[in-house]
Amino acid sequence: MFAPEFEYHRANTVAEAIDLLSSNPGAKVMAGGHSLIPLLKLRLARPGVVVDIGGVAEMKGITIADGNIRIGALTTHWEIESSSQVAEANSLLAEAAGGIGDTQVRNRGTIGGNLSHADPASDWGTVLTALNATLEIRGPGGATRTASPTDFIVGPLTTTLGETEILTAVNVPVLAANQRAEYAKMAHPASGYAVVGAAVVVNVDGHTCTGASLAVGGAVPAPVRLTSVENALTGKELTFENIEAATAQADNDLGGEILGDFFASAEYRRAMAAVETKHALFHATEVAHH
Amino acid sequence: MTTRIFGSGIRRREDPRLITGQATYTDDVNLPGMVYAAILRSPHAHARIRSINTDAAKSAPGVLAVYTGADTEGVLNAIPCAWVVPDSDVKAVPYPAIATDTVRYTGDAVAAVVAESRYQAEDALELINVDYEILPANVHAESAMNEGTPQLHEDAPNNQAFHWVAAGGDTDSAFASAEVVVTDTIIQQRLIPNAMEPRSAVASYLSSMGELTIWNTTQNPHIARFVTSLVTGVPEHKIRVIAPEVGGGFGAKIPVYPWEMITAFCSMKLGRPVKWTETRSENYQSSIHGRDHVQTVEIAGTREGKITGIRSVVHAGMGAYLSTAGPGIPTILHGLMYSGPYDIPNIKADVYGVFTNTTPVDAYRGAGRPEATFLVERMVDLLANELNLDPVEIRRRNLIPKFEDGFDISLGLTYDSGDYQGALDKVLEHVNYEDLRRQQAQSRGQVTGNGHHDHGHDHGHDHGHDHGHGHDDQPSATKELIGIGVTTYCEICGIGPSQVAGAVGFGGGLWESAIIRFYATGKVNVFVGTSPHGQGEETTFAQIVSDELGVPVDDVEVIHGDTDNTPMGWGTYGSRTTVISGAAVALSSRKIKDKAIGLAAHLLEAAEEDIEYEDGKFFVRGSPDRSQSIQDIALMANVAWNMPAGMEPGLEASSFYDTPNFTFPFGAHVAVVTVDVDNGHIVLQRYAAVDDCGNQINPMIVEGQVHGGVVQGAGQALWEGAVYDEDGQLLTGSMLDYALPKAHLLPDIETLSTVTPSPHNPLGVKGIGETGTIASTITIYNAVIDALKPFGITRLEMPLTPEKVWQAIQQSGKP
Repeated sequence: MFAPEFEYHRANTVAEAIDLLSSNPGAKVMAGGHSLIPLLKLRLARPGVVVDIGGVAEMKGITIADGNIRIGALTTHWEIESSSQVAEANSLLAEAAGGIGDTQVRNRGTIGGNLSHADPASDWGTVLTALNATLEIRGPGGATRTASPTDFIVGPLTTTLGETEILTAVNVPVLAANQRAEYAKMAHPASGYAVVGAAVVVNVDGHTCTGASLAVGGAVPAPVRLTSVENALTGKELTFENIEAATAQADNDLGGEILGDFFASAEYRRAMAAVETKHALFHATEVAHH
Repeated sequence: MTTRIFGSGIRRREDPRLITGQATYTDDVNLPGMVYAAILRSPHAHARIRSINTDAAKSAPGVLAVYTGADTEGVLNAIPCAWVVPDSDVKAVPYPAIATDTVRYTGDAVAAVVAESRYQAEDALELINVDYEILPANVHAESAMNEGTPQLHEDAPNNQAFHWVAAGGDTDSAFASAEVVVTDTIIQQRLIPNAMEPRSAVASYLSSMGELTIWNTTQNPHIARFVTSLVTGVPEHKIRVIAPEVGGGFGAKIPVYPWEMITAFCSMKLGRPVKWTETRSENYQSSIHGRDHVQTVEIAGTREGKITGIRSVVHAGMGAYLSTAGPGIPTILHGLMYSGPYDIPNIKADVYGVFTNTTPVDAYRGAGRPEATFLVERMVDLLANELNLDPVEIRRRNLIPKFEDGFDISLGLTYDSGDYQGALDKVLEHVNYEDLRRQQAQSRGQVTGNGHHDHGHDHGHDHGHDHGHGHDDQPSATKELIGIGVTTYCEICGIGPSQVAGAVGFGGGLWESAIIRFYATGKVNVFVGTSPHGQGEETTFAQIVSDELGVPVDDVEVIHGDTDNTPMGWGTYGSRTTVISGAAVALSSRKIKDKAIGLAAHLLEAAEEDIEYEDGKFFVRGSPDRSQSIQDIALMANVAWNMPAGMEPGLEASSFYDTPNFTFPFGAHVAVVTVDVDNGHIVLQRYAAVDDCGNQINPMIVEGQVHGGVVQGAGQALWEGAVYDEDGQLLTGSMLDYALPKAHLLPDIETLSTVTPSPHNPLGVKGIGETGTIASTITIYNAVIDALKPFGITRLEMPLTPEKVWQAIQQSGKP
């Protein structure tokens, strides 16, 4: 639990951080430190240089305008969880933030750091996939690009972020009046990470589903959209039976690789992808009140 | 008398310093010239060491020395096993501080580095080159004795560490003639104790004086001094062990480990103070583990539900070496408790201790009694299930009737006092048992009947997360079954007497001592040999003195944890400190009172027989105005201006207390769980505990002990479990994978009590530090199995993860 020696640089702006990354190949970016520091302490990561972006003011804060919620990448989980504007604009963001780790983790960990680390068991990838979020990425010379969460996260601890790029912000649409959203997570009792997490956004017209955006994470190397389930549900009345029948198709969308370990096997996680999606849909659509 | 301080739930005086960061733990001790040790640990579970090259490490920046087993061999004696249970062929195999030719678990010490800073020491560890010849590993207690299993020690054929048998009655006949026999295999999984403070030691050797001082996070500094003397060769009177603040132990800080002996060795070699503090990863690898039993059990009974016998064959994993108290745990503290609170005439416990390529196993909160209580209570439930009896009813038919002064059980122990039916009645009334069973029937109807599609409102999604969706009054779209577990238990604690310690092979005494010293100002110090580390005896012992002598409780300060300024004591474990050391404090208080009466009589010019005592005042019978307060007496005794002839100055008393018997606290617990049939997720909805620890000195502290104990036991049932792979690698090597109980996963714990004083100690108290752990694991486990009854499921392995529950449901073939 004693990190090996490394050089430490603190960046004050995004441009400065990118310059540091450009001039120090192999350098690691540190935001809240909640993924990197444990790896350093276990000596599993041995970067020669750490670029601390924790003080970059332009990457902090939440702004809501024109139906869009823009969250700076350095915004902490706690700031998202506790913002009444976020809760009003998109309850799913607040709910998901509140289920991450514990209070201490939420006070330091950031949404951008979480996404860039790309732990398959993390919550944000799944939730932001269902919410059709757009990620803002900055590179050398002020170059900017955007990516969807599924374009960004490609596998365990693997993203399409370049060595000299930094994720700077996350854009999430405000939920419409006819949208219902929910995140159901089977949390690992030790880490709080998702063994299986299912995020659902459902468009409703009365009791009928007019469209759905569903995502599963934890069970798979990178979050996936459940298009089969979305299609099966769209146009249907949101009854117990219809939800159960639609979510039974989740398996079609999970891809070839299901994660498994001694706590939860691949077989179990595969089954739970459907169950958690079902639970999320029940809750989101308040099936009981028909 | 008005409100007594004895029995009052005053706040713990320890807490202000603990919660404001003002406490001093071992790692906070910094000495001039101090350097830092780090230990290189084997990455292999079983390997021969071909060679070790330390050259690069020795020349690394800041490094003062690198030591291997070749350096400590012949200088440090082997780490002794201090509980060699008689008549059981204990193989006290060599346990070197640093491995010489063979490593036997991942975590075994291979070398130690001392450097000017901890970082330099850690960096240098990476420069040590060890050439290992990897050997096949043996990691399962169950199969350790099988032919062909890799052998750990030459001196222990078949990996058998010991074989111990306890028997009462005639078990063979009981089973041969039994009307009903039920069998089960119970796995008490291996647990990893997690004290908040990891192990730590600071050693300082003064060569000019031949004196060794060790700050050591231990539950028993006097035992640590004794054993340190044996291992280092430094005479016992030249060793000072200081246990400053100790941040939790749970048994893991009873043993004397190689690590603090290595730290002492380094200081003795270098002539500088040396600090060693383990990392959390090292804590997981190489501080002791607990439990690890595979139990094959049978229970015999009549068709009416009268239990006629219990017998077991147990394989208890000891790990790679015998830790300090290791062999005593699955034997004396486990096998002798198969009667529980029941009158069972025929009992046999047949226990094999086995070596495996794993971390050594020793006492962990409850230590043997959770394993015994689980075994008994599981078998009683299985028998009830077989006979179609309610779990409460079968217990009522077998509980020992109320007794106040001694009940002999078939295994030879004499229980002190008990009212088991009373505790059971109280908990059942509290939870409204009949109503719980009605709710359960309803839940079963909804899940197994057609009721589960009726548009329930789902809230099963927030597993393990307190998102605040607590609409418990709503019907549910998920299929949740209710389960109820009921346990009646009795345990053995307050361990002593010393004569028994000797008879069962414990390498020390089990008495305690206490010195009470009054100063001229009327203020009091109490010096005790035992070493509480979170149990609150600084508060409760002050309450005893205050109650006995009428001195304000805030005028009494309790001193413990330093062998140089406390009298001999054997330490805090086995829920013994309040019982044994508390009794010594009471006896010293009474000696003080006797002397005070003599001095008061002299000062009041009255006969001793005419002096009465009440509320801190000594007065002449019939003339309460003619009185001396305890403070007056303390002043006069300390200045000694006017002592009666023959009376020594000072007001001080010393007592040594050895108990005539153990104490046997008991109680009845109820757990209510829900199990989500869709995903196997268990939620502990309610936990109610009635515990009887005799007279309570501080009910708030009693309640706190029960809370912590219940939570720790819940951890074993639902979340905790050390997992090794077949190569002996610890897969649950950190808190990322090893799930400790968390507050948001637990309900409010409902604590109640009954009071049945122990007849044989001066305070009528029994231990309460472990009862929660002893009872709660099986109570929760039985509740889960009860929930799953519609599926015909009768056993699952702990921890009860959602997948295990789900798989069992899938395999049951029932809807």
